[in-house]
Amino acid sequence: MSEALVVGAGIVGAACARALAQAGFAVTVFEAAAVGAGATRAGMGHVVVIDEPAGELALSARSRRLWDELAGELPAEVERAVCGTLWLAAGEEEQAEAERKAGRLAAAGVAAEWLDAAALARLEPGLRSGFRGALRVPGDSVIYAPRAAAWLLERSGARLELGARVRRLVARGVEFGDGSTRRADVVVNAAGLAARELTPGLPLRARKGHLVISERCPGLCAHQLVDLSYVRLAHGDAAESVAFNVQPRPNGQLLIGSSRQFDVEDPAVEPRMLARVVALAVENLPALARVPALRAWTGLRAATPDGQPLIGALPGLDGVYVAAGHEGLGITTALATAELIAAAATGRAAPIDAAPYRPGRFAEAARG
Amino acid sequence: MAETTRIALDGKPIDLPADASLAAGLIGHRELVCGRSPSGRLRAPLCGMGICHECRATVDGRPGVRTCLEPARGVRTVERETRLPAAEAAWTRSERAVDVLVVGAGPAGLAAAAEAGERGRRVLVVDDNRAAGGQIWRGKTGRAGELEQRCSRAGVEFLARTSLALRLGERHLRLVGPREVLDLRCSAIVLASGATERFLPFPGWELPGVLGLGGLQALIKDGLDVRGRRVVLAGSGPLLLAVAALVQQRGGLVRRVAEQAPNDRVAGFVLGLAAHPSKLAQALALRVRLGSVPFAYSNWPLEARGAGRLETLTLRRPSGTESIDCDLAGIGFGLLPNARPAALLGCRLERGAVAVDPAQETSVEGVFAAGECTGVGGLDKALLEGRSAGAAAAGDRDLARALAGRLARERRFAARLEQAFALRDELRALPRPETIVCRCEDVRWGELASRPDWTDAKLQTRCGMGPCQGRVCAPALEFLRGWAVGDARPPLVPVPCGALVHPPGTGADGA
Repeated sequence: MSEALVVGAGIVGAACARALAQAGFAVTVFEAAAVGAGATRAGMGHVVVIDEPAGELALSARSRRLWDELAGELPAEVERAVCGTLWLAAGEEEQAEAERKAGRLAAAGVAAEWLDAAALARLEPGLRSGFRGALRVPGDSVIYAPRAAAWLLERSGARLELGARVRRLVARGVEFGDGSTRRADVVVNAAGLAARELTPGLPLRARKGHLVISERCPGLCAHQLVDLSYVRLAHGDAAESVAFNVQPRPNGQLLIGSSRQFDVEDPAVEPRMLARVVALAVENLPALARVPALRAWTGLRAATPDGQPLIGALPGLDGVYVAAGHEGLGITTALATAELIAAAATGRAAPIDAAPYRPGRFAEAARG
Repeated sequence: MAETTRIALDGKPIDLPADASLAAGLIGHRELVCGRSPSGRLRAPLCGMGICHECRATVDGRPGVRTCLEPARGVRTVERETRLPAAEAAWTRSERAVDVLVVGAGPAGLAAAAEAGERGRRVLVVDDNRAAGGQIWRGKTGRAGELEQRCSRAGVEFLARTSLALRLGERHLRLVGPREVLDLRCSAIVLASGATERFLPFPGWELPGVLGLGGLQALIKDGLDVRGRRVVLAGSGPLLLAVAALVQQRGGLVRRVAEQAPNDRVAGFVLGLAAHPSKLAQALALRVRLGSVPFAYSNWPLEARGAGRLETLTLRRPSGTESIDCDLAGIGFGLLPNARPAALLGCRLERGAVAVDPAQETSVEGVFAAGECTGVGGLDKALLEGRSAGAAAAGDRDLARALAGRLARERRFAARLEQAFALRDELRALPRPETIVCRCEDVRWGELASRPDWTDAKLQTRCGMGPCQGRVCAPALEFLRGWAVGDARPPLVPVPCGALVHPPGTGADGA
């Protein structure tokens, strides 16, 4: 039986473990901390189709479908809820953007509908008035990602080695902090931002985010509410940005985001950023002002130069694959990422074109 | 008859003592239930001092209000079902600077404030509670009044019902009151955040009517009427006797006082009090006052039962068990330093207590700590440490040197106390698989069995992720599982989102 080693037990590592196990590998997962303790725990758990850049559209649409296919098997603790996303349009420009977005989503087979101001107010009476409307993507969902990662791992039957200190990846193997090595046919670097330490040279940057969770307050909103400026900001180069992004957890809590700061690696909650995130949320959902905020935290997204993840074989290191750099979309795209990794490792055909995610693409571009 | 105030509880008018806290008034009115937990269990007060969040309700339209910290006077409506809040006008927000900020208005905090104030410093004292005095001087008389007078003569300012919420920067903090946000700069901070109670989960401990031991004490001092109520007290430590005396004094019927520690260990401790004559006298006086109250060593609670509220508490005795009918139980397994504010400010902790130097300064320059938060040791230790910290915060380290000898003695006493009332191993077997451990999120003991550590337990079961942020379950799991717990995340206590919207000011120094 061929052997595979996966470094990192976040949602991406867990999904890779499952896909490789299904492809017939005996899988071992190494995790330095706890399952889902990195970006997986920090994120919102929004399973959302993102339509730009083109590669993200294909990957997120495919992955959302895979999550939908798994829905019947997911245990209740994963707290999956198909709440849909409302992309809010504040002005004319955003409305035009919503129309373009609807077109791109439709081309990828993703349903979306435009809601005018009155329809939006009926669906989300807690929102401030003044929005021109919203693009509703009814098939988007939310999950509780740490539990989903644990479930994927359990299902994979992979062996989990907690507390494992992997120092770097070598050809067909990993090297531990104590200098010892383990060999296998396939090695996957799914260590999130730490992937750059295990494989020096990976073009990953930290993009810090702040999130807040509220006390249970069911009924304040029913959909994941995202300002249409989100995509522009998420994929822009601004050193720092904040967008309105609020998620109703199935248990009635509200998850309040979101912010992006490039190259800030100190995990401390910054009161200034916290204030910006909460202020925008309260402005758009005024009743939130009275809802107790339980806890704020930060997470470090692993960002790549073109905003698309690194998925596939690592050039120059035999048997080593990368599944990292998912920035804020790791939870959505974990399953499709894993599918691509398994396809690459077995030489089988991939369900979507893997070319946009080649880990070597930046070096190729540099060589011209 | 004491003055009453009329409130609408879920629309039904009831009269509560106006001077009581809302929680104390409601329990006195036999309204123990404050809401329902996520899985539908009846949720009722436990800690009585703002820690457990089990007593929260919607008060005058504000959701998530801890009714134990809320005065009954002036309240119009209390709703126990979660309702959507209305929007509200922005909070008032101000910025200020003082020389010394004291967090906590118990003995240590008041002593620190008096010393710093008398050295000419502008001092502000803040406390979550509605009055100064801390737990020991709640509904106070005597010495608290003396210290408060000294504070007021020295121009010390006091803000009640005001919580430390965020660290904005170096000695720059956000304080949150019922409707105000105050961003405060100061030259020195004295943390006198006191202690919290250790609760241990056992079957039925979440039944309405089962309170913390210190919780029951706090609620009685806050106006809970226990006349004619049958009360069982159990757990560990000198607090058992103090609460028994209080219940008795207020007309309650103490059916049993159950100390988990064995008789010989406690007897040894009491003999050791010869080195502390005033404490020995106190202990003896308490014992005499309790007279015929049945007191038992090597007894601990096994199970609470009742239909929707406590009716019977079963105790483990050295031989067999005994079930006692009662209306209320006060159960606490010792006190723990409340080191969360210190953790928020980045101070080093040692064995769960704030680490301090001989002048009570923490590992963070300009941040001092005093009283129970540096190690549980009682009133005299708190007063000495408070005095040292207050003087040192005002630049005078001589007082700490002068008090060092007396303080060393108090710390020896604290160590003996801890040893005498150490928790027995059998208590680790209290919870059954179906026993709820995390009351906020209804996480059961059985769900935690396979979890390797605290981080994993939080992520996979949500244990400790609810409104109390693990203040109740983390110390329990530290004992039950030996887990390293802790990691305070902001805000230090849940505060309405409206209190977080203002960016921190740039302040005069442009920092």
